[in-house]
Amino acid sequence: MPIPRSHNAGALMRGSGRRFRWPSGWQWLVMLVALLVLMPLSVLFIAWLEPAWDIWRHLQQTVLSRLLFNTFKLVVGVSLGALLLGVGLAWLTGACDFPGRRHFSWTLLLPLAMPTYVLAFVFLGLFDFSGPVQTQLRIWFGPGIRLPEMRSAGGVILVMSLALYPYIYLLARNAFRTQGKRALEAAQSLGCSPVVGFFRVVLPMARPWIAGGTALVLMEALADFGAVSIFNYDTFTTAIYKAWFGFFSLPAAAQLSSLLVVLVFGLILIEQQLRKRMRFAQSRLAPQAERIQLYGWHKWAATAACSLVLGVAFLLPTLQLLRWTLGIFHQEFTRRYLDLLGHSLLLGLSAALLIVTLALLVAYCGRRHQDRLTGSLIRISTLGYALPGTVLAVGIFIPLAGLDNLLIDLARSLFGIEMKPLLQGTLFVMLLAYLIRFMAAGFKSIDSAMHRVTTNIDEASRLMGLRGLRLLWRIHLPMLRGGIFTALTLVFVDVMKEMPITLMTRPFGWDTLAVKIYELTSEGEWERAAMPSLTLLLSGLLPIVLLMRGTDD
Amino acid sequence: MLITVININFKKERLFMSKLLDKFMLALLVFSMLLPAVAFADELVIYSARKEHLIQPLIDAYSAETGTEISFITDKAGPLLQRLKAEGKNTHADLLITVDAGNLWHAASEGMLQPVSSAILERNIPIHLRDPAGHWFGLSERARTIVYSTERVKPAELSSYEALGDKSWRHRLLLRTSKKVYNQSLIAMLIAEHGQAQTEQVVRSWVGNLATSPFSNDTKLMEAILAGQGDVGIVNTYYFGRLQKKNPELKLALFWPNQQTGGVHINVSGAGVTRHAKNRSGAIRFLEWLSSEKAQNLFADANMEYPVNPQVKAHPAVAAWGSFKPSTQNLADAGRLQSDAIMLMDRAGYR
Repeated sequence: MPIPRSHNAGALMRGSGRRFRWPSGWQWLVMLVALLVLMPLSVLFIAWLEPAWDIWRHLQQTVLSRLLFNTFKLVVGVSLGALLLGVGLAWLTGACDFPGRRHFSWTLLLPLAMPTYVLAFVFLGLFDFSGPVQTQLRIWFGPGIRLPEMRSAGGVILVMSLALYPYIYLLARNAFRTQGKRALEAAQSLGCSPVVGFFRVVLPMARPWIAGGTALVLMEALADFGAVSIFNYDTFTTAIYKAWFGFFSLPAAAQLSSLLVVLVFGLILIEQQLRKRMRFAQSRLAPQAERIQLYGWHKWAATAACSLVLGVAFLLPTLQLLRWTLGIFHQEFTRRYLDLLGHSLLLGLSAALLIVTLALLVAYCGRRHQDRLTGSLIRISTLGYALPGTVLAVGIFIPLAGLDNLLIDLARSLFGIEMKPLLQGTLFVMLLAYLIRFMAAGFKSIDSAMHRVTTNIDEASRLMGLRGLRLLWRIHLPMLRGGIFTALTLVFVDVMKEMPITLMTRPFGWDTLAVKIYELTSEGEWERAAMPSLTLLLSGLLPIVLLMRGTDD
Repeated sequence: MLITVININFKKERLFMSKLLDKFMLALLVFSMLLPAVAFADELVIYSARKEHLIQPLIDAYSAETGTEISFITDKAGPLLQRLKAEGKNTHADLLITVDAGNLWHAASEGMLQPVSSAILERNIPIHLRDPAGHWFGLSERARTIVYSTERVKPAELSSYEALGDKSWRHRLLLRTSKKVYNQSLIAMLIAEHGQAQTEQVVRSWVGNLATSPFSNDTKLMEAILAGQGDVGIVNTYYFGRLQKKNPELKLALFWPNQQTGGVHINVSGAGVTRHAKNRSGAIRFLEWLSSEKAQNLFADANMEYPVNPQVKAHPAVAAWGSFKPSTQNLADAGRLQSDAIMLMDRAGYR
């Protein structure tokens, strides 16, 4: 139940007085992470030194208003769609019981492994005018019959909602799982009907989790280029790419992107402001709560809803990928595929470990230091998620290449040594870039899990002499296991799916499955892209299944 | 109660710690591999916007023939160019391979390529398919031409790109998105021929004739013609070739427009030696080899394109589409007028 912070402002608040205090080690760490993220962002803002007015004027006179409206529609539509699916399904599988619930609770997460661009090209292949579905309909019902146009706002919103709802589902389910029935009962004992109780008590109590997931979805939707370009749906992001690849004006692209950053920062601020006066604590830590038993048609309706979403978002596209793959497997499969797979896995795994470790430390710092500076630094460190990948990639690459050139020049002038670039084309840079991009994915799930560790526990532990790292390691870490596994899975899958940063920063020979998919889809070879897509999907499934095994009953 | 919670967690934590330890070891292993790649002086490094499956066979053949070690990285043209810029004189790259003359022109105009004069290249590649100053050279040629349904259109109804704006094609025309560089180059070349005002009228008349909103790629466009969503469209020849290869009974055909006027719009994939190439002579040798008779078929046929070298015949399946009069305007115009073309298409409402 949300309660005003002042009730709990005990030990936690003591550290953040009004007087200036020298930052603690934790704050230095957060500062470092924030600085890393600020590096590419500052490249974007520095671009304003040479405003590309001619391009701005042109955009403003022609396409800008449509782009903004399109982007607005997309973001609102996808957020609502993903919220509806994510929260609804999470409530069903997290707090209720119905036939098949056990299976659905983890299978509904599987679409997480499906890259949005893959879902987009499969859906377009199936449901567009020339696809098999409409062709068959025309054969049965005559040439006049049409489905609603797939290449439209509705189509993109549908595809992206289906691809992104698992972010909300994953986090919201965690919340419902532990507080579901009890919260509802408490509400009912106060005279609320189940429906009212759900909206007035259960949902608000799950807000940090739902908001965290929605923020991820929103940022993904804003930054997406793959799916919108497959649908030829113009958004703000497509304008950024047009400025760069069409007008060859990186400054204009950077200036457009900087607006995106401001927008997302504003959204994060608003969200935090809304949450500010709330503190979320569980009266007692219970790993399991009793479930609400559904009866009669309700239970079958629940089964049907889950089956429908699972079928459309996962089974159908997977079968289509499988069908395409079988058609080309004999000519496409070579040993090289194993290399690609190995690279994808290794990158995903090492990035996940790195990012989650840092996210944990940052989240802990946010818990310890609730001052404004730490808060802003943390907000900054998660901004990378909202930027179109290619723009972020170039924002990372430019300063690093500059640093390399500086080092080489120094080595030459000081010691007369001809040095090779030290940073570029190393895995280190790649991991750094992933860190900047996916900090949010790791942080949001750990941070929301951390909200559940009551302040009483901290206080009790301190009484027993546990502080700092030891408190984190011995008390928080075990309690945060669910959140940590969630974060690991999210980051792992996200990195495996990631395309532009991988393309731009990978060392020679480090091609991944996502690189292969890019190469084939950009040539319009959808069917050949099915095999790497399917492999990517399958290898993303593994951690998801493990995750669900680890956290479920 | 709290104390019991903490005690339980102490036990669990041991197990968890040992698991974590394993993970850290793995992380260490990964970090030990972060040493920068060592480059050899005699190797050739290529940045390529042409995809791996199209250039790997050439690289294998060249390496087998000369023993040169070639490493390459693929990406889109824009990021590759930016990468070259950021790396400056310390770049690894010797050669930039990319598609579309517009991209090549920009690479040259931003000073990322250096002029090369080679008698072999000048002999093997016609003048309108390379930069007059020698910054870049076209290596394979593709036409962007009209495709039509053989069931619903007679070739006699077709004449030119411009005529696709006629009333008779109302709700029958299909186009790919204006964001694709191939369309930007096509419009840029039309601007070079007719000027802004007339070209804008043409584009507006196209947009008025569209049967549905523009597609994201040529293959989808042709599938839509097959399905009856429209009757004519504009595509690159090799996309048609790929579709035809999969389905020889394709009820589509190519039409060569503007035969009485400027000729069919063509474009190239090509390459240029980077400004700060470490292995300039090696890069030139590779370029010369790519333009030679033995490599041209390998280069062009892999993607069902036309060889640029006039001595080399196109693949029989490609040659079967018939011969045509190509436009011989220098392709540098495509780059020079690209921005104008995009702005024009935006104004005309061509998405």
